Amino acid sequence: MSTEWPLWEIFIRSQHGLAHKHVGSLHAPDAELAVKNARDVYTRRNEGVSIWVVKSTDITASSPGDREALFEPSNSKVYRHPTFFPMPDEVKHL
Amino acid sequence: MNREEALFEYLLRLGDTDVVLAQRLGEWIGHGPVLEEDIALANVGLDLIGQGRLWLALAGEVEARSKGAGRSEDQLAFLRDGSAFRNLQLVEMPNGDFAMTMARQFYFDHAHLLSLRALARSTEARIAEIAAKAVKEVTYHVERSADWVIRLGDGTDESHARMQKALDALWPYTGEMFVTDAVDVALIDAGIAADARTLREPWLAAVRPVLDEATLALPAGQWMQGSGGRGGKQGVHTEHLGHLLTEMQHLQRTYPGAQW
Amino acid sequence: MYAQLVETGLSKLQARADMAPDEQAFQARIDADIKVEAKDWMPDAYRKTLVRQIQQHAHSEIVGMLPEGNWISRAPSLKRKAILMAKVQDEGGHGLYLYAAAETLGVSRDQLIADLHAGKVKYSSIFNYPTLTWADIGAIGWLVDGAAIMNQIPLCRCSYGPYARAMVRICKEESFHQRQGYDIMLSLCRGTAEQKAMAQDALDRWWWPSLMMFGPPDGESVHSAQSAQWKIKLLSNDELRQRFIDQTVPQADYLGITMPDPDLKWNPEREHYDFGAIDWSEFHNVLKGNGPCNRERLAARVKAWEDGAWVREAAVAHASKRAARAKREAA
Repeated sequence: MSTEWPLWEIFIRSQHGLAHKHVGSLHAPDAELAVKNARDVYTRRNEGVSIWVVKSTDITASSPGDREALFEPSNSKVYRHPTFFPMPDEVKHL
Repeated sequence: MNREEALFEYLLRLGDTDVVLAQRLGEWIGHGPVLEEDIALANVGLDLIGQGRLWLALAGEVEARSKGAGRSEDQLAFLRDGSAFRNLQLVEMPNGDFAMTMARQFYFDHAHLLSLRALARSTEARIAEIAAKAVKEVTYHVERSADWVIRLGDGTDESHARMQKALDALWPYTGEMFVTDAVDVALIDAGIAADARTLREPWLAAVRPVLDEATLALPAGQWMQGSGGRGGKQGVHTEHLGHLLTEMQHLQRTYPGAQW
Repeated sequence: MYAQLVETGLSKLQARADMAPDEQAFQARIDADIKVEAKDWMPDAYRKTLVRQIQQHAHSEIVGMLPEGNWISRAPSLKRKAILMAKVQDEGGHGLYLYAAAETLGVSRDQLIADLHAGKVKYSSIFNYPTLTWADIGAIGWLVDGAAIMNQIPLCRCSYGPYARAMVRICKEESFHQRQGYDIMLSLCRGTAEQKAMAQDALDRWWWPSLMMFGPPDGESVHSAQSAQWKIKLLSNDELRQRFIDQTVPQADYLGITMPDPDLKWNPEREHYDFGAIDWSEFHNVLKGNGPCNRERLAARVKAWEDGAWVREAAVAHASKRAARAKREAA
């Protein structure tokens, strides 16, 4: 049996979002772990998030040129944010 | 021991357990069985450090109340020797293979959640606040570790064997999670601390169905390590803690007083 | 950069007149800044070059977790430990986004990993250097992530959609990485004499390897020119390297530490910093496998993968059992 984990496409609707957005993909052996992994990889566990996972092979794509939205930064760990580190004013390019 | 001293000890137990377990989980980062798992284990570790820092900071405040001066979270984490640490022996056990890590997590997470739910009702407002926030994070930890126990228990013959071996090896360290001593009793009576004895039955009730689904056997041994008042919570540890702390504390010990 | 010396498989830059009609149409889209998506037709060489480039980038992130992960257990405060864990975790995440982007081109992550472990593909030279002190963690965030950002921002505009979008996500997370590194350097340089010496020592060891990250001068490189035409390489190695130096020297001045380059000097005519000669033989040796840590880095990745095989197999076995059970119950 191949031990390769199938690829899943991940769609997330944030707490204030109106629709699910495609954020990327990841590997998981089944849908259940795909959802858990999506939480860890693509949301760093933001609350009030809805996650859809779809096996990549189950997706039928329309003609190319779809525009995908940008992803939201996580805010559960404050030091992930550049603003957490006040940088001296004199130093540029940080 | 007066109430404040007991509270200080109790908070160290909570904080040290989180910090030591986070230290163990940090060792997996970059070495996990699959990339998604590196990320997930790091998340659990980050949650635990976050909680540990809050408990230790609060311990320092309590110490200040009773002694006039209190230590910071870092002074507590980096400058105490092993015999002053109050973490459960269970969490200082080495990672071993992934099954050992998941067994340790599985045993701990359920008890941790039950304890935090009780603490969320503590009469000490600060404790209730920290616990309430932690409940959300640990609910997720419980889901994760139970999921892995099932996948590994009911996976291949090899994963089943490794998982059973891990559960058997760590079983004697679970008892410590459900015993109380004089420190606990004073605080339980005041409604501040959770009564660990009352958590054992609900813990078993949560653990059994997961093991059944995982086709694993709940170990049957009666003897528990760390009993008779000689457990991690009283400062009696395994040989593992010394090495863990040596690595963890090295920089602060080598450069005393430096700010990082 | 993270993808150094990416070969395109072509021996000369393809002139438009020499292109087949579908290649010309493809090039016209690129010239018009229309993104190429996974299901579009693309020249084989474009696909292959991208797979190589994205893959090298992904492997770099994963291997890059090791030198920094080395200090998680010894971080000197709980806050620094948490920050470092989050950073290394991000790097894992970045590798994951990049593998996902590569997979849109028809390769599997497992195959890419197998290629890495077999030594068939490269990762960035920088991660073959050891992290000897806590200050190295500061230097890596400041210099290595700083260099990475320099390279990655232009890539957000590259022609291949999935790669560009992965880069956007990565860039959002990356500035935290550089700042946490500089924050460490600030603490050290404002600290005790020993801490400041630690910081200077780290700069001494990481400066030249960081400059080498950008790759050799690519004036002569056919591959660079072709990648530029395809808009998967947007700025020259030398241009990026010069920008990086110009930006970083004042940051070192502020810290009160100096680059280990006696020839480093502001040139008012060029309006750039002049700098000393880079030892490219070191770079090529490191890429060839002779760096201080090449063997250990790869061995660590191989070990993690092999030790984890039973876990991955068990997960697949369990998923199959569940699916079979569900089928039986539905019947």
